[in-house]
Amino acid sequence: MTGPQTDPGQTQEPGRRLAGLSSVLIVGILAFLVVVFTILNGTAFLNFGNFVNIAVDASVLLLLGVGMTFVIITAGIDLSVGSVLVLSGVVGGQVMVALSGTSEQVQNYQFPNQAIGIPAGIAAGLLTGLVFGLFNGLLITRLKMQPFIVTLGTLGIGLGLAQILTGGTNVRFVPTAIQSQIGTREFFGFLPVPVVISLVVAVIAGVVLAKCGFGRYTYAIGSNAEAARRVGIDVDRHLLKVYALSGLLAGLAGLLDLSRFNTTSIGAHTADNLASISAVVIGGTSLFGGIGTMIGTVVGTFIPAVLRNGFIIQGVQAFWQEVAVGVVLILAVFIDQRRRSAEERM
Amino acid sequence: MNVQSPEKNGSDGRAVLSARGVSKSFGAVEALKNVDFAVRSGEVVALIGDNGAGKSTFINAITGVFAPDAGEITFEGEPVRFGSPHDARERGIETVYQDLAVAPQLDAVGNIFLGRERYRPGFLGWLGFLDQPRMRQETEEQLSELNVRIRDLGKPLSTFSGGQRQGVAVARAVMWASKVVIMDEPTAALGVAQVEMVLDLIRRVRETGIPVVFISHNMPHVFDVADRICVLRLGEMVTELDPKKNTTDDAVAAMTGAVRTRRGGAR
Repeated sequence: MTGPQTDPGQTQEPGRRLAGLSSVLIVGILAFLVVVFTILNGTAFLNFGNFVNIAVDASVLLLLGVGMTFVIITAGIDLSVGSVLVLSGVVGGQVMVALSGTSEQVQNYQFPNQAIGIPAGIAAGLLTGLVFGLFNGLLITRLKMQPFIVTLGTLGIGLGLAQILTGGTNVRFVPTAIQSQIGTREFFGFLPVPVVISLVVAVIAGVVLAKCGFGRYTYAIGSNAEAARRVGIDVDRHLLKVYALSGLLAGLAGLLDLSRFNTTSIGAHTADNLASISAVVIGGTSLFGGIGTMIGTVVGTFIPAVLRNGFIIQGVQAFWQEVAVGVVLILAVFIDQRRRSAEERM
Repeated sequence: MNVQSPEKNGSDGRAVLSARGVSKSFGAVEALKNVDFAVRSGEVVALIGDNGAGKSTFINAITGVFAPDAGEITFEGEPVRFGSPHDARERGIETVYQDLAVAPQLDAVGNIFLGRERYRPGFLGWLGFLDQPRMRQETEEQLSELNVRIRDLGKPLSTFSGGQRQGVAVARAVMWASKVVIMDEPTAALGVAQVEMVLDLIRRVRETGIPVVFISHNMPHVFDVADRICVLRLGEMVTELDPKKNTTDDAVAAMTGAVRTRRGGAR
C-alpha cells in the first residue's frame, strides 16, 4: 500500500508486461537456441541444409498445431489429432494400394492405376480426417460434452479403427510415386514439398485467424461464448467448423507422413497430440481461450525441433529434448496464468 | 386480477414495447405474476424492485431469453414472440445485461461490432476479410456523437477496469438500438464520473426519441433520469410512481411492501 494515487494506468502494467513478455520470450528462446547451437557446433548446425531438415521434421507437427491453435483459442482441446493422423494415413494408404493395381502387381511395386489410386487415396485420407473432426464437433456441441473427454474417446476410436483396418501392421506397397513426387520432392532443388505445404497452410490459417470473420468469432467464443451467443453468433456451428478443421488438417498431416515414409507409422504418433498442444501453448496461445497467434504456434513448433536437431549434432542424448520442452511448456503456462490473474485483479 | 391497461398511465405517445399479463414460473416459484408494462417513445422508464422481485426475469421474458408462460408482448403495435435475444436485437431492441456480456480479449471495436462485423468490399470481403479501419472509424464517429470516451479503442477490454468495460457495453447498446434500449443495472459497478456519463447517455438517447428501460437499485440515479418508475415486488407490478411527485421513501416503501401502495389502496 503505497498511497491512494495509483491511477488505473499503473494497475494494469503487470498484465501487459507479461503479455508482451510471452511473445518476446518464445522468439527469444528460439533465437537463443540457434545461437547456442551455432557457437557449439558451427556450420554443422548453422547451414541451410540443416535448417531444411529441421523444417521437414517439424512439418507434420506444424499442421496439427495449426488446427490445434484454433481449437485452443476457443478454449477447447483436441486430443484425437494423432489418432486421426494415423487413421487418415491408413485409409489413404489402403485406398491407394487397392486402386493402384491388382494385389500381384502392387506386391511387385507396379502401380498401373496409380493416376487414379493416388488422388483417390488423398481424397479418402482428407475425408477421413474431416469426418472425424466433424464427429468430435458434433459430440461437443450437440451432446454438450467436454472437448477433453470427447477427444480422449475419439483418440481411442481412431487408433483402434486404424489397427483393425490393418491388423496392427503398417500399410505396405503404397505407390512409391507419393514419396518421390511429394514426400521427398524439393521445389527448385532446395524447398521440400512437405515444408511448403505446411507453411502455406500455416500462413493461410494465420491470415484467416487474424484478419477474417472466422478468426474473430474464434477469439470471441474463447473469450466469452455467452457474449458471442447473445449477439447472434451461432457458437455451436462455429465450434463444429473449428473441430472439423482440426480433423481435416490431421488428415492432411497423415497423408504427408505417408508420403514421407511411403508407409504408415501407426505406433509413432501416440504423443503427437501432446506435442502439438505443447507447441501451441509454448507459442503463447492461452489454454483459457481467447488469446493466441499462428506465428506463435510456428515458433512453438520449431523450438522442440531445433532442440532435437541441436542435441543430435552435439551428441547429447536426444531425450534431453523432452526434458527441455517440458521446462519451456511449464514456463509458458505459468506466464499465461500470471497474465490471467493480473487481468482479473483489475 | 390486477390487469391494468398500459394505455391508461404514463406519458403521451404510443407504446413502442408493451407487455400484458406476463407470467413466468420456474418450478414452484412464480417469478412473474400477470405483469403489465409499457414504454413509449421518448421516455425513460425505471424498473425497480428488491432482489428477487423479478426485474431481470421480466427483461429476459420480453427480450426473448426465454418465453413467458402466459401473456402477450406487443412491439410497435404488433404482437411479437422473440425466439432469442438476437431476434429482439434485429428488431432494434438492445439490452445491456447485468453481466455485461463483452468478450474481454477483444478490443472495444471488436466488441461493439461483434456479430455485426463489417467486411472489406469486393473479393476480399467475399473471402471473409474484416474491414477493421472502417469499423474503427464508425466506432469513433458514433462514440464522439454520443460523447462517450473510451480509453483506447485498440486495447483488449481485459486491460480495462470494470467501469470502463461497462462503458463499452452501454455504448454498444446505444449505438445499435433503433427502437428501445434496456439497461439492467448499468450503473452498478461504476465510479462517479462514469455514472454521470451513463446517465447523460440515457438522457441523450431519450432526446432522439428512443425510449430507455432502466433497471436499478440506486434511487438517486433512478430519480435523476426516470420519467416514470415502475415497481416490481415478488413478481407483481405493484405500482407506478412519478419521480416529480413521489420521493425515495415512497419508492422504498413500495419495493418492500412496508405500506399499502397507492394502487393497492385504490382497489
